Amino acid sequence: MGVKQSTVPFAGTNEQYEKLLKVIADHKDEKGALMPIMQKAQEIYGYLPIEVQSIISNELNVPLEKIYGIATFYSQFSLNPKGKYVISICLGTACYVKGAGDILLKLKELLNISDGECTPDGKFSLDSCRCIGACGLAPVMMINDDVYGKITPDDIEGILAKYK
Amino acid sequence: MEKVNIKINGIPLEVPAGTTILEAAKLAHIDIPTLCFLKEINEIGACRICVVEVKGARSLVASCVYPVSEGMEIRTDSPKVLASRKQTLELILSDHDRKCLSCVRSGNCELQKLCNDLKVEDETVYEGERNHYEPDSSSTHMVRDNNKCILCRRCSAVCDHVQGIGVIGANERGFTTNIACAFDMGLGETSCVSCGQCIAVCPTGALYEKDYTEDVFAAINDPEKYVVVQTAPAVRAALGEAFGLPIGTNVQGKMVAALRRLGFDKVFDTDFAADLTIMEEATEFIDRVQNGGKLPLITSCSPGWIKYCEHYYPDMLDNLSSCKSPQQMFGAITKTYYARKMGLDPKNIVMVSVMPCTAKKFEIKRDDQDAAGVPDVDISITTRELARMIERVGLNFLSLPDEEFDDPLGRSTGAAVIFGASGGVMEAALRTAVETLTNEELPDPVFSEVRGTDGIKKATYNVAGMDVNVAVVSGLSNAKVILDEIQSGNSPYHLVEIMACPGGCVNGGGQPQQPASVRNNTDIRALRAKALYDQDASMKIRKSHENSAVKKLYEEFLEAPGSHKAHEILHTSYVKRAINPY
Repeated sequence: MGVKQSTVPFAGTNEQYEKLLKVIADHKDEKGALMPIMQKAQEIYGYLPIEVQSIISNELNVPLEKIYGIATFYSQFSLNPKGKYVISICLGTACYVKGAGDILLKLKELLNISDGECTPDGKFSLDSCRCIGACGLAPVMMINDDVYGKITPDDIEGILAKYK
Repeated sequence: MEKVNIKINGIPLEVPAGTTILEAAKLAHIDIPTLCFLKEINEIGACRICVVEVKGARSLVASCVYPVSEGMEIRTDSPKVLASRKQTLELILSDHDRKCLSCVRSGNCELQKLCNDLKVEDETVYEGERNHYEPDSSSTHMVRDNNKCILCRRCSAVCDHVQGIGVIGANERGFTTNIACAFDMGLGETSCVSCGQCIAVCPTGALYEKDYTEDVFAAINDPEKYVVVQTAPAVRAALGEAFGLPIGTNVQGKMVAALRRLGFDKVFDTDFAADLTIMEEATEFIDRVQNGGKLPLITSCSPGWIKYCEHYYPDMLDNLSSCKSPQQMFGAITKTYYARKMGLDPKNIVMVSVMPCTAKKFEIKRDDQDAAGVPDVDISITTRELARMIERVGLNFLSLPDEEFDDPLGRSTGAAVIFGASGGVMEAALRTAVETLTNEELPDPVFSEVRGTDGIKKATYNVAGMDVNVAVVSGLSNAKVILDEIQSGNSPYHLVEIMACPGGCVNGGGQPQQPASVRNNTDIRALRAKALYDQDASMKIRKSHENSAVKKLYEEFLEAPGSHKAHEILHTSYVKRAINPY
């Protein structure tokens, strides 16, 4: 069993904690309160690590597993924070046939993280996504707002170096 | 009640409105096969095994959750229905590890039976990508092997709804959906209480207790070791099921004969320690009542309940009786009193317990359970494991003679044997407490208000001028109701019995598994409990304080119930635990 916890150390602030407690207090007695609380929690922290899910579990008396089950069912929830630089690699049809799969492999290898994760230093996070509407440039990758098109696996190291 | 007219397989039938097709079919003598369905526990219509054809319906419907309506025409046996069920099974098998020959459930696996019944001939029809999981063996009592999981969710339903714990559930989605703990923690890292109810309801070999049968055989075959076995009350009420006997058959005599033939040096009875527990617990209760101690006093026999209390109600540990459970008391007495009596070194005694329980495997490893400086109990096996040992050495269980337990730790009373049913500990305690306080003989030792399978039972008894309010609870979501009441400060109770498993130990997580087809139609708790109450009724001595061997134990060794020495050997302590890691 590998415990699926974020490799990035939790750095929640007191302010965030107070905010979350208020959200929970506001919704506590509503039916179906869990989803909106989880959505707000993700807004506050950017993601839902075990520390945050535990707060919700303890305050609502809802099993942690129930919260985790929901967090892993819906793709809108993330167990990992976003990095300073958010890398999105398009795996839409056009990019995929143009070799985006190999780009993703190269990114995983160089950053030593999986799809959806963040590097322990908090610098890069990696997400595969579907069509970003730039099929003419396939395969396409974005780092924050910068777009990189017609890239090959060999280009990746150089591109990442710009952000170090 | 409103009735509706329907036709099942062409046969006209009048059934109450609101009945599901599954229930209606039963009235027509048809058993529609089910897999995920567990009555009142898991009614989610997910597995699609119970599908039937309804005239006019767009597609096949799940009969377990689909209500009948006026004029409905149903086919449970059409080629389309049978082909669909078969295909569902083939698809389940496509992501199943199919190691049936070495599977602990081979022979009583519900998936295996359905595959046979529905003539699945090729388990590799839909060969393709498979999930591979590392089995979770992090807890002391069980293994979860998701490679055999069919995602029916019976386990998570029983954990969440019946026990109110919910440490396992469905994670991820689609093909990667899997039953596990939050953040893929091992079960041993969670607030799992080890009750094993998930194992009891699992249709396949995905969930099973940690098997210690080889350790028991090794001890028996070690000439240096003196191997003593004790059997819990509920074991005798269910062991026979593993050999095809009807539910509720008491096999005490054959069980003793089998244990002797397996090679144990002494075959003793946990019932002896149940009587001893009553002596200590009744004394503790009277002491708390007379000296203003913490009330209500809550029983401590069920290790699943104890662990639940430690995780979920850590502020109520003072309400718990400090008495060790009968299993632990038995081990403690064997390695102190009995060892001295027989001139044995406690280090050379191997104390084996046969329990209806998986939490007992956790309990033997607890701190403060080592009266003689060595663990009170060395190996705890379930009723199922004992059945496996009997099978392994080729004992013909059904033809064994009825034999008696060894003396003196095999001697017990009717009060002890009912410990296996919810309410039994309470009734046994009342028998002794009433006679002790009134100094008069009870004309009738039966306290019927605390019997039965209701999750919460309440009664008030006038004992020597004082109204004693008692509550008897089984199943941990029921325990929560009573504990919240106590915590609120408004509880009238003086004495509360809590058992983790619904119906008490007879329905423990270590008992032979009954398939959903039986569980949904029979109250196995009531049948097994009856075997114990019948035994009690047939016994001459039915009160713990009249157990001659227990009396002698106090005279020769422990001095008196609640004595300093009794406390050292027979009592224990508890620890506060958290629910979540953060």
